[in-house]
Amino acid sequence: MYPVLIATVTVAVIGFVMGMLLITVGKKFKVEVDEKELAVREYLPGNNCGACGYAGCDAMAAAIAKGEAPVNGCPVGGEPVAEKISQIMGVSAEAQEKKVAYVKCLGSCEHTANRSNYIGIHDCAAAVSSGLSPWECDYGCLGFGSCVQACQFGGIRIQNGVAVIDRTMCKGCGQCVTACPKHLIELIPAKASYAVRCSNKERGPVVKKSCDVGCIGCKLCVKQCEHDAITVENNIAHIDYDKCVGCGKCAEKCPSKAIEML
Amino acid sequence: MKLKTFRGGIHPPEYKELSLGSPVEVFLPKGDLVFPVNQHIGKPAKPVVAKGDQVLAGQVIAEADGFVSANIVSSCSGRVKAIEERRVASGAKAMCIVIENDGEYTLAEGVGIKHNAGTFSSKDILDAIARAGIVGMGGAGFPTHVKLTSKNPDSIEYIIANGSECEPYITCDDRLMQEKSRGIYEGLRLVLQLFPDAMGVIAIEDNKPEAIKAMEAVCAGKKGVMVQPVMTKYPQGGERNLISVVSGRDLKFGQLPADVGCIVCNVASLYAIYRACYYSEPLMKRYFTVSGSAVANPATFEVPIGTSCLELVEAAGGIKSGVTLKKALSGGPMMGIAMPSLDAPVTKASNALTLLAEDEVETAEAQQTACIRCGRCSRVCPIHLIPQMMADAAEKKDYEKYEHKLYGLDCIACGSCTYICPAKRPLMQLFKQAKAEIMAAKRK
Repeated sequence: MYPVLIATVTVAVIGFVMGMLLITVGKKFKVEVDEKELAVREYLPGNNCGACGYAGCDAMAAAIAKGEAPVNGCPVGGEPVAEKISQIMGVSAEAQEKKVAYVKCLGSCEHTANRSNYIGIHDCAAAVSSGLSPWECDYGCLGFGSCVQACQFGGIRIQNGVAVIDRTMCKGCGQCVTACPKHLIELIPAKASYAVRCSNKERGPVVKKSCDVGCIGCKLCVKQCEHDAITVENNIAHIDYDKCVGCGKCAEKCPSKAIEML
Repeated sequence: MKLKTFRGGIHPPEYKELSLGSPVEVFLPKGDLVFPVNQHIGKPAKPVVAKGDQVLAGQVIAEADGFVSANIVSSCSGRVKAIEERRVASGAKAMCIVIENDGEYTLAEGVGIKHNAGTFSSKDILDAIARAGIVGMGGAGFPTHVKLTSKNPDSIEYIIANGSECEPYITCDDRLMQEKSRGIYEGLRLVLQLFPDAMGVIAIEDNKPEAIKAMEAVCAGKKGVMVQPVMTKYPQGGERNLISVVSGRDLKFGQLPADVGCIVCNVASLYAIYRACYYSEPLMKRYFTVSGSAVANPATFEVPIGTSCLELVEAAGGIKSGVTLKKALSGGPMMGIAMPSLDAPVTKASNALTLLAEDEVETAEAQQTACIRCGRCSRVCPIHLIPQMMADAAEKKDYEKYEHKLYGLDCIACGSCTYICPAKRPLMQLFKQAKAEIMAAKRK
């Protein structure tokens, strides 16, 4: 009986002393946290993707709470998050258009031919610096998946030798845009209905030889467009999404089907 | 006596006997000649001819743009067909001057006239070298007149003529030393004239006994010049390794050969210097080896620069019957660049074309496994780096560590580590890419 009592009392006393110590230390060295910051952090997505330009969501929340970052600065969260954060911060958020990534190349295995076998590190940047292009087209997607590695949302996969983005999964963070050494990925408005799926800057005959779905810069789309939304620069069509109404006449006329309906 | 050598290195199979048998043939191409304006390190040359112009062999068609640059000279007579982007050996596109060959090879005025360069002053020699557009012909392509322009010529103690040619398959320098030993010696003499206190050392690997004999014959009894046989080991011909073998000095991180009183010149460059000074002949042809198991009759040719590799393969008997060409390399198998197409020109710095048959190309990719930390890469690294740790840093893109802690920028990309690696790691490619990315970030 006796030894049990001694042990119980000793442990209880130690527990009490330690508890008091923890309370005093906790009060004395308390770190002041902005309540707003905590609230803002609550609504941020928490992927730590870095698309806002800050080192993760915690840093972004602190910056918003201090007023250094805009309330709609998170491209991943988009409008709903911006709205909630603006309520916390007591400012009105300007609606920011949601953007999604888009691969400007359709040159899969069926459309372009193999020029050489690349054996080496499975990484687009390494393939580019080796100078070898596995495909006939010098501008197209290499299909080694550097963008797949960069995407934190699992929104990109390599299909038939070309990167394909799942628009429902894409949060528009833009990590893949910087990862692509061929500069093929662009952020376009999520509501856009047509896009040019080629980046080959060569003249028509050269493009035709290397890929059968390449933009040959024929300017038929420019003539079709009633809203002056398409321009052809460097032998490649470009759609101005501020002007595009999505009528689809360009895609209908495109001889190489390089304009795609999304 | 044990031959001198450096620490590290490997002993790959040499295969030199393939192309060594026959004497060098002069090959004159019939098709168009293509001259990339950037065949050297430094700024690309500026074209000085226009489409449709008639040019003669030996005429400057592109001028050096700035000090670190080199003239480009036409090696045939004919008409300028185009100045456009063409594919070069690596498969990338580069600006090229294309000349439609008339097959006459009419020389421009003044080219090939012999005069006595023994009376040349230092400035005359450097001017002649710059005019001739001579660059390092061992592979790097650094403009020779820049290399030989020294602020302090008295501090140079050794001029090393690099006749090591350690890369497997290649025999062009070997043949050059056997056939043009006199020219190489005179070229070395001209360079020695620029550096009064220097001594000329011709370093030749001991697997080229004929070349050693020929060079020793011309150097016999001559003061200030000696032939130094060195051990056959790859990469013996690397600049740093030759310096350590000949002078016993090691280059530290970031040092240039001139900092330790040495200048290394390829024997082919020395021969070009001799031709430029004694015959006013610009750099328009070179020795070039076509070899490999897929070639019917491997041989070394004297070819005009700009010749298409396709024509050369044909001259070497084409692809051996019953063999499939699996891999074409501009250069040798260790440091050569894989070529996507044979339709690429011979440049000043390219010394060989290696065509490998199916069974010779090992597909390392399939057998690649994780690093087992055996340390063989560190043991063979000729400049004493730690490839295993460098690869780790390069894979993680930790370039800070790669550059400053592991001195990864000093890697000479010889590929010894990749050759020896039992786990078949793509080490050299990792380093090349890391280097390229670090240099690109610095330029920004």
